[in-house]
Amino acid sequence: MKSSSLTPALPLLATGAVLTLGAATPALAASVTVTIPQVKVAEYHRPYVAGWIEPAAGGDARTVFLWYDVKKRGNEPGTKWLADLRTWWRKGGRGLKLPADGLSGATRAPGTYTIPIPSNLPKGQYVFKIEAARETGGRELVSVPFVVPARGASAAGHTELGAVTIR
Amino acid sequence: MSFRTLLLAGALSCALATPALAHRQWLLPSTSTLASTGEYVTIDAAISNDLFYPDHFAIDPAQVSVWAPDGTSAQIENPAKGRYRGTFDVAVNKAGTWKIGMERSAIMGTFKVDGQEWRVGGRGRPAGGPGMAPGVGMPSGPAPANAANGAGPGSGQPPRMVASVADIPANATDVALTETLSRNFVYVTAGEPTKPALTGKGLEFDPVTHPDSLVQNEDGRFRFLIDGKPAAGVKITVVPGGKKYREAEEAQELTTGADGTVAVKWPVAGWYWLNASAQDTKPSDKRASTRRMAFTTTLEVVAP
Repeated sequence: MKSSSLTPALPLLATGAVLTLGAATPALAASVTVTIPQVKVAEYHRPYVAGWIEPAAGGDARTVFLWYDVKKRGNEPGTKWLADLRTWWRKGGRGLKLPADGLSGATRAPGTYTIPIPSNLPKGQYVFKIEAARETGGRELVSVPFVVPARGASAAGHTELGAVTIR
Repeated sequence: MSFRTLLLAGALSCALATPALAHRQWLLPSTSTLASTGEYVTIDAAISNDLFYPDHFAIDPAQVSVWAPDGTSAQIENPAKGRYRGTFDVAVNKAGTWKIGMERSAIMGTFKVDGQEWRVGGRGRPAGGPGMAPGVGMPSGPAPANAANGAGPGSGQPPRMVASVADIPANATDVALTETLSRNFVYVTAGEPTKPALTGKGLEFDPVTHPDSLVQNEDGRFRFLIDGKPAAGVKITVVPGGKKYREAEEAQELTTGADGTVAVKWPVAGWYWLNASAQDTKPSDKRASTRRMAFTTTLEVVAP
C-alpha cells in the first residue's frame, strides 16, 4: 500500500479538488500497465497472471484479465494450475467459467502490457490487484490502491512482476 | 547390489518425454527417525515440480529396493500406485540406518546406418502396435516396417529406434552414446545411526553429517564420491519442501569443493530435497562417450 503514489503531474490537493468538482468532465478511459520481468533461470515458463479490482472497503472482486495456458488440454489441462494464483482463486477465480470472453488470454512473454480498466465502475476507492505465479518459479501479488474516476497510481513487484501503473 | 537397467517404460518414460526439466523425483518418508525397531515407516514416491506435492506422476513402488543396516535386502510392504503418488511401507525391524530407494542406469544416444539416424533407448515411444515390444524394429530389418517407428506426430524425433546398446548393428557409424546413472535414496534410522555401505561406483553420497542427525542451526556437511573418490565440482541443488506456503522456491545451488564436500545451511526446519549431478567421460560401456550421474535424497532437518 505504501508503495502506491499519486501521479506527479498535479499537486495532490488540486487533483482531488479538480476532479471532485469537475464531475461533469468526461472521464478518460483508464488503463493498467503491467510489466512481466525477464527472469534469468535455466528453465523458464511464462507466468500465469490475473488482474482484478476490489472495492477498497471490501467486497466482490471483479476479474479484469487472466493469462494462462488456455489451449493446453488432456491429462493436465492449462486450467490445472489456476489455483496457484492462490489469492485470485479465493477472491472469485474459482467461480469463473473459463475461458471467459474479454478476460482470459494466453500467457505473455516478458514485456509491458496495457489493459483497459472497465469504464462502468462506480466512483469510489478501489484496489487493483495483480498476481503472478510461474511454473518452477515464484509467486507474487502486487496491490495498487486507486480511485475512480482514475488518477494515476502505481506500485511495483520485486520478483515475478515489475511496475504496475494505473493512468 | 547390481544396477537394474530398467526399460524406460511407464511412469519414467512419460516423465522423461516431457521436456520440463524440473520435474523432480522424490521419496518422502513419514519420518527419518524411529525410537524402536518395532515400527514402520511409510514412504510416498512421486514426480512433481513443487516439493512435496504429488500432483503430476506416481512412482511405482515396484522400483524400490530396501537395504537394512546390515546390508541385507528387505521387502517393501503394502505397495500402492495412485494417480499422483506411489506409497509403500517398510518394517524397520533392525537398529541402525536403512537405505531405501532406487537406482537405474541406461545408455541413450544415436547412431547411423547407411546415413540414417537411429536412436537408442530413452525418450519417445515406438509407434509399434500393442503386440510389439518397445524398440522393436531392427535397423537391418526390412525398411518399410521401420520407417514410421517411434515417430510421434510432430515430435521432431528421429523416426528409428532400438531398445538397447546390444541392438546396435555392427555396421553402425557415428555412434554417440551417453550413459546415465541415477540414484534416489532416503535414509531412515532406528536407534543409533549407522553408515550404509558404499559401492565405489558412480556418484555416491558419503555424508559427513549423518542424514538423520540434521539440525536447523548447524550446517549439514556432505561428501560426494565418484567411483569411490572425492568428487569436486558436483552441482548440488537443495530445495525446502512446502513451496505452496512461500513466495519463492528458495533453492540453494551449491558446488562441492576440492575435497568433494559441501556445507548446506538450513533456513528453516523441515524436509529438504537434495539433488547432486555430475558428468564425466568414464562410462562403463566402451561405446558410450559420456556419463551423466545424479543422486537424490530427501532430508529431515529438525528444529534446534
